[in-house]
Amino acid sequence: MTPGFIIAALLIFAASIFTVRSSKLVHAVLWLGAMLASTAVLFIQLDAPFLAGIQLLLYVGGVMTLMIFGVMLTKKSGDGELRTESAPALRGLVISLALFGLLAGGIFSMTNGAPALQKPEEVASIAASVLGEHWLAFETLSVLLLAAMVGAILLARKRDAGAPESGKASPR
Amino acid sequence: MNLQACLLLSSGLFCVGLYGLLTRRNAIGILLSIEVMANAANLNFVAFSRYSGAGYGQVFALFVLALTVAEVAVGLALVMALFRSHRDALVELASAFRH
Repeated sequence: MTPGFIIAALLIFAASIFTVRSSKLVHAVLWLGAMLASTAVLFIQLDAPFLAGIQLLLYVGGVMTLMIFGVMLTKKSGDGELRTESAPALRGLVISLALFGLLAGGIFSMTNGAPALQKPEEVASIAASVLGEHWLAFETLSVLLLAAMVGAILLARKRDAGAPESGKASPR
Repeated sequence: MNLQACLLLSSGLFCVGLYGLLTRRNAIGILLSIEVMANAANLNFVAFSRYSGAGYGQVFALFVLALTVAEVAVGLALVMALFRSHRDALVELASAFRH
């Protein structure tokens, strides 16, 4: 275990805890950005630089901007109340700790616990795999993105502004 | 770093996300927790591809990234709809969508 991995892992874990615990939503979004950026660092350590770049572009660039817009648009006076009452918090802690125990038990009882490092994947082979072998999933993904775009516009559209148009269009 | 450390980190990350999912009441907070969980799954894919050499791991991770972005777009649109009808984004308000 290299020191770089330990530092990145600690950063990721601390930032994720702050993401789910901070009482201000804007701070939570910023911590999420920190977590995603340090995950990109870990991706580089795992010899996946292409994925690290995509992670920075898509997540830290796109998703975080979207999230901050969402927080700003749904802001009430002040930051809104975010703390949960104590009972669900305890329940959530128990459930997630139990799941972590199960997962850790499974991980430590792996038969082939420490496999050797393989040759790192090249970007060219990733591209060949996405556009060659997995072309159907790739095309389906583009349809999914289109559907998500249309659905997001439909859901977030102001109802009263579109009402007369939809009434006109419905007899079709 | 070995495979088990990566898996342990990603399962810890997943459980932190699960804790946030169970305790947050704000819909955007829940979306953030789902992001943490998806990131944990992605980390698993990359670690497995690094240690198995199968080569599909990074492709799967790419697909997961695209899926998560689509999910965030639709989720935020749902939050907007919730906020517009209730002036707030607490998830328990969404029970009114049932009837």
